[in-house]
Amino acid sequence: MKRTALYDMHRKLGARMAPFGGFDMPIQYEGIVAEHEATRRRAALFDTCHMGEFILEGPDVVPDLEHVLTCSVGDLAIGKCRYGLMCDENGGVLDDLVLYRLGKAKYLMVVNAGTQERDFEWVCTHVSNADRFRNISAHTGKVDLQGPASPMIMEELMADSIARMTFYSFVHNHYRDTQVLVSRTGYTGEVGFEVYGEPDLVLQFWCDAMELGAVPAGLGARDTLRLEMGMPLYGHELSEDRNAGATGFQRPIARDKDFIGSPAVLDEATDTERLVGIRLSGRRSARESNRILDESGNDIGVVTSGSFAPSVGAAVALAYVRKAVSSPGTPVRVDTGRRQLDGQIAELPFYRQGTARQPLARFLERRE
Amino acid sequence: MTPNDRKYTKTHEWIKMDGEVAVVGITDHAQENLGDVTFVELPEVGANVDKGDECAEIESVKAASDIYAPVAGEVAEVNEALEDAPELVNESPYEKGWIFKLKSIDSSELDALLDSAGYESVVEEEEE
Repeated sequence: MKRTALYDMHRKLGARMAPFGGFDMPIQYEGIVAEHEATRRRAALFDTCHMGEFILEGPDVVPDLEHVLTCSVGDLAIGKCRYGLMCDENGGVLDDLVLYRLGKAKYLMVVNAGTQERDFEWVCTHVSNADRFRNISAHTGKVDLQGPASPMIMEELMADSIARMTFYSFVHNHYRDTQVLVSRTGYTGEVGFEVYGEPDLVLQFWCDAMELGAVPAGLGARDTLRLEMGMPLYGHELSEDRNAGATGFQRPIARDKDFIGSPAVLDEATDTERLVGIRLSGRRSARESNRILDESGNDIGVVTSGSFAPSVGAAVALAYVRKAVSSPGTPVRVDTGRRQLDGQIAELPFYRQGTARQPLARFLERRE
Repeated sequence: MTPNDRKYTKTHEWIKMDGEVAVVGITDHAQENLGDVTFVELPEVGANVDKGDECAEIESVKAASDIYAPVAGEVAEVNEALEDAPELVNESPYEKGWIFKLKSIDSSELDALLDSAGYESVVEEEEE
């Protein structure tokens, strides 16, 4: 099993470790709920070195990526990020990813750990020219700093001010005299940053941010945070076995271009399911693969992720249900195998006070 | 570390006599493994249980697990504080986080259970 550059640090911090995407990763340190709350209220650090990064450049990179990705690529401004999917010919999802436009003909693509090798091979075999495509995952470190206190910590640690960064933008910055790439992105719903650099440097960043009050958070809290925001997790909401069209995603799936899988993804005849949120009436959780029933007991779908949501105070779930019964407010029951839990289809996100998109000035005011 | 004023099961429950009734909860090791407890399904007061019956259920952020009756008896009382504050199981597994009380028990059944040293060796074996 692979280890990230932060592995020894996790052990030193007493993390509970488990395999994820081929890596031995921290699940929790102090506890999932404490780490979740720290992210919502203060600042937390996540080791995301396991994720994959590709540099994609060349004269045909725009049409090549338009062909391979579901999101539009050419109209992404330099310095901006965009979320998208990569599909197979049947419309099944090979991965979800964030694309960074580094230059006119140069992109950074950030993918999941477990799918990284397959993704790179897929991209290279489905473009016209992959000569200057590089998988830089093995020597790229990445740490996410998330939460309302994260802008202050970044301002303290980075050479150049981060105060003007808008949501889903990135810049090259310097940290300890070495270049890093910093994006204002994340997977928690809170204002935050993802920092890319040499593995040893992001380890140093982790230590420095902890000194300034950020707490380490594991994959357990990462999962409850993303679930409260209704964000999908590859292998759960997204998989090769389910058509990307069922996500109901608007911006990540362009309607005005052809891409691998687009005939299947955009086929209305087979568009019968929707990814929805379900809010349970109590604290008791629905779990992945639990069936969903309507009020008459008919099977209408299946749970893909479920947990107690600490910031909501109730159990929530993501699920695929029949499109005809997917509107918010529809009462449903979740069959856990032992009992049936009452709930209803809910608007996403479940947690509505997330700070991710708020102006950074709001978090930097105390500095003035 | 494991209190020696009570008995233990291999399935990580503790049971402690309090006058005529026996108080049941889960061990510190068990709560540590479960992680943050988010829900406790309490048994019905008045229910008769046999040794080894599933009589309560604990959910954490990550998983759900059963609580088994350490001995036979009748459920005399349940810890209603857990309905609103299930985290008491994490914070105070041996005191405020108790789960239910049993009456009409055969105290000789307690003798067959593990003492604190016996329980600790069970935990050590599991961790190997």
